[in-house]
Amino acid sequence: MVRVLLFGKLRDVAGWREKTCTPDPATLSALKALICADDPALSRALAAPGVQAAVDRVLARDDSPLNEGSEVAFMPAMSGG
Amino acid sequence: MIRLTDQSFDPGGELNDFCRGRSQAGAVASFLGIARRDGGEGLELEAYPGFTESEIARIAESASERFSLQDVSIIHRVGRITPGEPIVLVLTASAHRREAFEACDYLMDYLKSRAPFWKKEHGPDGEHWIEPTARDLGDVARWD
Repeated sequence: MVRVLLFGKLRDVAGWREKTCTPDPATLSALKALICADDPALSRALAAPGVQAAVDRVLARDDSPLNEGSEVAFMPAMSGG
Repeated sequence: MIRLTDQSFDPGGELNDFCRGRSQAGAVASFLGIARRDGGEGLELEAYPGFTESEIARIAESASERFSLQDVSIIHRVGRITPGEPIVLVLTASAHRREAFEACDYLMDYLKSRAPFWKKEHGPDGEHWIEPTARDLGDVARWD
């Protein structure tokens, strides 16, 4: 089981902020496929330029492994200041 | 010091505190970002608690190393911000002015497009998310 968080615009697109999932196999790309399975708009939004993911608060790539209890965050292009 | 706050803050007071008792620094530079009105009713800034602070700390550490800073302080608002309120304050201390100025510039370029914040504008036509502009991305690329 992993905890999934969406930030910024991604949350508005998906209509949720947080959920728990059981991806199989346990990689970031498998998790993406799972949360986008019935949501093409989220799938498009995650593929937009500048979108990044963090696993346990470290920036991650599609092949990054997930562990039981991992916290995964999907983040749109960052804009502070 | 890195601080995220959902409350307005007093930039002058923060600058005074930062300068107090500092006898080794020949220069302190500051940058204050203020919410522009732009016809809207303000901004909403979202952060990723824990991750945002650690990413800013990483950026601050790279600035300290690159510009030989003696100290750096970053205060950044989160939550609702009304026009005219401060959004971000960057303070840098170094032996000489050039490094302090350049470090402020570097830190702001990184905060604009590489720090985990997401900004929603409440405008006359409703709400919309603000993405970094081509200029923001060009600004930060100058330091690569």
